This record gives sequence, C-alpha cells and structure tokens, in this order.
Amino acid sequence: MISLKNVSKSFGDTQVLKDISFEIQRGEVVCLIGPSGSGKSTILRCINGLERHDGGEISVDGAPVTDKSLPAIRGKVAMVFQRFNLFPHRTAQENVAEGPIHVAGRPVAEAMAEAKTLLERVGLADKCEAYPAKLSGGQQQRVGIARALAMKPQAILFDEPTSALDPERVGEVLKVMRALADEGMTMVIVTHEIGFAREVADRVLFMDGGRIVESGPAREVLTAPKVERTRVFLDRVLNPL
Amino acid sequence: MSQFFTDAVQFLPILISGLGVTIAVTLAALVISVVLGLVWALMGISKNPVLRGISRVVINTVRGIPIIVQLFYVYFVLPELGVQLDAFVAGAIGLGIAYSVYQAENFRAGFSSVDPMLIEAAQALGMSERKIMLRVIMPLAVRVTLPPFGNTSVMLLKDSSIASTITVAELTRAGQLLAVSTFQNMSVYTLIALLYLAMSLPLTYLVGRLERRFARK
Repeated sequence: MISLKNVSKSFGDTQVLKDISFEIQRGEVVCLIGPSGSGKSTILRCINGLERHDGGEISVDGAPVTDKSLPAIRGKVAMVFQRFNLFPHRTAQENVAEGPIHVAGRPVAEAMAEAKTLLERVGLADKCEAYPAKLSGGQQQRVGIARALAMKPQAILFDEPTSALDPERVGEVLKVMRALADEGMTMVIVTHEIGFAREVADRVLFMDGGRIVESGPAREVLTAPKVERTRVFLDRVLNPL
Repeated sequence: MSQFFTDAVQFLPILISGLGVTIAVTLAALVISVVLGLVWALMGISKNPVLRGISRVVINTVRGIPIIVQLFYVYFVLPELGVQLDAFVAGAIGLGIAYSVYQAENFRAGFSSVDPMLIEAAQALGMSERKIMLRVIMPLAVRVTLPPFGNTSVMLLKDSSIASTITVAELTRAGQLLAVSTFQNMSVYTLIALLYLAMSLPLTYLVGRLERRFARK
C-alpha cells in the first residue's frame, strides 16, 4: 500500500534520510522507533508530502508522491500529529467535520452527524461542543484521531502521538489506536512507546542516523534485537537507570 | 460659556455637514487601504522573492513620505500627467495609499501569528491553498489583526483632516472657513475637537469590545 524505494532527503547540508526502502502492506501496523533526529518523523512527512524527498521514490497505492498526486494521496493517507494541531477556533465536532465538508464536499448536516459518531467512538461523545483549549491533551489527541478517521483514509500516519501527553493520559490514546489496529487499519506509527509497539505492531523498523538499522517482526526486534545499536537503544529506553 | 452655546447652535449644522464628508472620506480611504494593504501583505508573505521585494519597497517608500506630500502629489501632480481627480477622490486615494502600508503591517503580523503546524494540519487534510487561507489563516489572523487595525482606523479618521489642505470640505476645513469668517476660534475649534472625539471614542470602545470577545473564544 505504501512503498519507499531508495528515498533520500537533506535539510541543507544535513542528510536526514539515507537510502530508505521499505513497504507497508494493507492492514499492517508498523512502528518506527529510534533516537531523536534519526529521521522517523521525516519519513512520515515525506509520505504525505509535508516534506519533499530529494531522491528515490515514494508511492501510495501504486501512485508516486508528486505535486500533482498530492491531493489524491492526502485523501488516502491521514495524519495524526504530536502536538494535535487542532484548529483552535472550531469545536471538537467542527474540527472533525472540517475535512469532510471543505475537502470532500460532503453535506454539512451529514458530516456533522458523522463527526459526532466518530467522537463517540473515541470516547468523547460529551465533548462535541468543546473548543480544543478546554480539552486535555489526551482528549485533544483523540479528537485528532477522529479528524483523521473522518476522511475515511486507507492508512493513518501517527507522528509521536503520545509524546506531548501527561503520562496519565497516554493510555487513553493508545487504547483508541489499538482498537483501530484491531479493526485492520493500516498504520505507520513513530513512537517511543516500546511496550505498545511490542503489543500492537506487526513490524518494527529501528532507525538511527537516517538509516533503517534493523527491521523485522515487532516481538523479535524488540525482545531479541540482532543489531548492537538496537540493543543499546532498547536497553537505555527500557532501563533508564 | 453662554457665548459658546449660542455659537454651537449656529455653527453645528455647518460643522455636521463637514463631519459627513469626514466620515465619507475616511470610509472610502479605509476600503482602499484595506484592499491595498492586503495586497502588500500577501505579496510580503509570498514564496516569490520578486513579489516580496516589491512589497517591501512599496511599504518603505510610502511610509517614508509625509501624508500631506502624498495628497499634494495626487491632487496637484497627477493632473499634470493628465489624471484629473476631484478633491474628494484625490483625498480618499491619497489617504488610502498612505494608510495601506500601515494596514499591511497589521495584516502581516496577523498572518505570521498563525501557527505553521495548523497550516500543516490543514494541508494533511488535503485542503487547497485557497481554503487554508479562508478557513484557517484568515479567521485566526483576524484576532491578532483586529486591535491594531482598530487603532489604525482611528488614526485614519483623525488624519482625514489632512484632506482639508487639498480643499476637501470635511470637518476641519469647514471649521477653518467658519473660524476665519466669524473670529470665534475658541468655539469653532472646541466644537471640532468634540466632534472628532464623539467619533473616535466610541470607535476605540468598540474595538476593545471586539478584542475581548475574540480573546474569550
């Protein structure tokens, strides 16, 4: 469904992605893990064209990511952001309905009703009328997930969806994500939640310095890494003392 | 004091007709300044370096010339180039151009206050550039732009008195003519000052209220 072939990307003199290749099948849940600055988020941002890759090819559903194909690709691949990025001047329900109404051109009443259903699904039935500023981080992120779902995407990209949350609020977001994974949604997740990756992901890609250092089934990579760099990273994350 | 009230009864009808012209020239100049200001501001945040350069040159040039000189230019110089404008139109255009650069700064501050991450969120939804401008950037920029926009508008109202120098029969001009013919300087200029205040104070109050309403949301 999503495929990267020899993708590279530089910011000025710094090469942040070096010869990245992988494929993601429909229904697969893949976690990208690795230290900060290793290029994980940049990969997500290149897939939906928020950044332009310099070399190689990214394709979604067989269509290469180019300026021309971007609108179609953004219709298929939704994104959930670390800092939620909800529109502060619109209620939770309006945030969710924004894409269906103003991008997909759906009738307002229908889109608003569906937005309500989606908010119920992420456990926020009573927050339809709330503005983002009145919601906790965990609640805002669940609205963010509902907003992504509203576009009926074939895949969702999650860019560190729980990194900006109170530790207490992480669980409520991960629960929603696990439910999505169980329903067969294709998901690419940049995360530092190793436990979640082990439980939910089909596959894990470990990145360092702009390269994929190790990849494989989640349990294998996360419990018995083959590469020393992966082992050191996991050890530091899991046993910080 | 009783002299003042007799004068007031006598002068107010004339001054109020001048007030009408003041309001008209201010509103016309405001519309021109908003339209041109938006053009300069949008050029200023454009990706095209040529457009950005033009915007900067226009803003610095216009800001660097006294408003009265700009009005003289429009009213006295343009006719020599074959563009004959009546005083009211020249005043509105001159003030509109002069104020467009201040409006541009207000708009630019508003645009740059919008969190780029919200624009990314809109892009990720697949929104077109136009929709992003209308649905995300504009509504958020308005909150930041409104207070300085209100102040600029009040300044424009007061500076519309400069149009008196090119014979626009607005409030100040009407008062000047009254003063030289009646010698009642105290009464005339006090009335003029009060009439300007009667417009600028409610306007300032209104802007403050709007500002608070936006802040609450």
